[in-house]
Amino acid sequence: MSETAAMTAEAKPKMAVSETDVAIEIVGMNKWYGDFHVLKDINLKVMRGERIVVCGPSGSGKSTMIRCINRLEEHQKGDIIVDGITLTNDLKRIDEIRREVGMVFQHFNLFPHLTILENCTLAPIWVRKMPKKQAEEVAMHYLERVKIPEQALKYPGQLSGGQQQRVAIARSLCMNPRIMLFDEPTSALDPEMIKEVLDVMVGLAEEGMTMLCVTHEMGFARQVANRVIFMDAGQIVEENAPEPFFTNPQHERTQLFLSQILH
Amino acid sequence: MAATDVHYVRDEMAPVLPPPAASGGLLGWMRANLFSSLGNTALTLVGVLILWLLFEPLIRFALIDAVWTGANREACLGHHGACWPYVADYFSQFIYGRYPLGERWRVDIVFAAFAFGLVPLLVPSAPLKRANVIFMLVVFPVAAYFLLTGGFGMEIVETANWGGLLVTLVIAVTGIVASLPLGIVLALGRRSQMPVVRLASVVFIEFWRGVPLITVLFMSSVMLPLFLPEGVTFDKLLRALIGVALFASAYMAEVVRGGLQAIPKGQYEGAMALGLRYWQMMGLIIMPQALKMVIPGIVNTFIGLFKDTTLVLIIGLFDLLGQIQSSYTDPTWATPTQSHTGYLFAAAIYWTFCFSMSRYSIFMEKRLHTGHKR
Repeated sequence: MSETAAMTAEAKPKMAVSETDVAIEIVGMNKWYGDFHVLKDINLKVMRGERIVVCGPSGSGKSTMIRCINRLEEHQKGDIIVDGITLTNDLKRIDEIRREVGMVFQHFNLFPHLTILENCTLAPIWVRKMPKKQAEEVAMHYLERVKIPEQALKYPGQLSGGQQQRVAIARSLCMNPRIMLFDEPTSALDPEMIKEVLDVMVGLAEEGMTMLCVTHEMGFARQVANRVIFMDAGQIVEENAPEPFFTNPQHERTQLFLSQILH
Repeated sequence: MAATDVHYVRDEMAPVLPPPAASGGLLGWMRANLFSSLGNTALTLVGVLILWLLFEPLIRFALIDAVWTGANREACLGHHGACWPYVADYFSQFIYGRYPLGERWRVDIVFAAFAFGLVPLLVPSAPLKRANVIFMLVVFPVAAYFLLTGGFGMEIVETANWGGLLVTLVIAVTGIVASLPLGIVLALGRRSQMPVVRLASVVFIEFWRGVPLITVLFMSSVMLPLFLPEGVTFDKLLRALIGVALFASAYMAEVVRGGLQAIPKGQYEGAMALGLRYWQMMGLIIMPQALKMVIPGIVNTFIGLFKDTTLVLIIGLFDLLGQIQSSYTDPTWATPTQSHTGYLFAAAIYWTFCFSMSRYSIFMEKRLHTGHKR
């Protein structure tokens, strides 16, 4: 990406994965919806700067897992440690984690009553207590980054799906998060618009953002992921570097899944 | 099998054309909408006939056959139209009730200050919104309270002497201003995760919704004093105000809850994922959208409340309608058309207020619309 060179102070240097620097650690996490055991003994360690793609059939618990990381869902057993903070019921800690963890949703979840610029400045102003003017500068910087600064004064309802998702990414970046979670960011998009969103995500990955992506974009996984995780029936079934994962899957569930999505 | 040529490549893009011109003018519109077929022509004629049957007597009564000048009943006797000089004679009583003649300037100031504060508040482009809101929510109520009741060297005017439009507006405006925030809090309470808060909200809402307003007013004016200790009294108008405000807030709560339920879960998640606290999320993201969605319901409640103020007559407060009805006992103007005229006047006033609220709500709905306009 050519703009990355033009990036200023916010740009993070390209980081090597270091074993000592843990971004997210999930230990023995279990979750139930009533009697239904959705997540079974999840163990996962994400290093700072690492890009992880989570895939699996629908209902396998992959979205639920990443939604537990910023407490959009509550887990009942096990520990989640994000950026050194253990997730508990303590609201203060949850807020602290949410400030550091950005999230991009399948359906964008932009605020339709606010302009694009206001969508981006809202959290920096109210959560980070940033002065309005500065927040707007930051927002414009990231809107340029996702290549839609000219839409700043429009409302989300006036933008295409791909543009809205790019705004959603910019909105998260305005909080300057250390970790980004993506929950099927391209699944609700028209085929033509998937690439523009993936390009932004690839750019982020190249800058060394810690990323945890639930996606079925296998091209993206091959291109940027350090690790691919395959989930089925609420558990992590297989975990490997992308190349061996795709060329030589070990578990039969993985083989079946890949044979169905890679035609 | 016949060989069909499926090969096609467009070699020239279709040009952009202007939309077709509307088939013109009033005549064209009438032909298209009113007289497009034999059946439609018949329906149009029937419609015109019904309108004529409805409005001809009204216009005849209110304008054509009406009496416009006169000093007493003699002028209106023998006429079949409205007796407007009676309304003119009683006009100030309809507005102020039995408020002392020499003190009515105080009411005028309150009315003027209200209009002065309200109009720029309603015009979105008017400047100084913050000062305006502070004026209307803090300065105006305090000033209005002292101007209307007295004090600071002004003669004390008992609320028993208030009446007419003054009482109607005091009850309606207080009810409207109090019921919206109270209703929002109750709606949030009813959806709260905290069982105690939820239960309290449900009990409050269901109690006030389950009781007729007349009962509330009766209770406040007849029963409540029985429970109060000897010598403790508080104003009848104030009791009615509290009753009306709580009653309206229960309805408002359910309207607002309807809006809250229409907000997709993703909006909450989007807000939470950004780290917004509960009140920030509600105040900045959820409520603005929910309230916008239920503007028709909110204004519906306001209009209902405005008209329900007429019920205070049964506890001996004379609002506009009560004041008009009480004037019927005056022999100076007793004619067969007197009550018709009075009720027509009342209807016109109520309609003006309610219709204005309705139009303003439509204007706000359009203004707050942020989606893709088709």
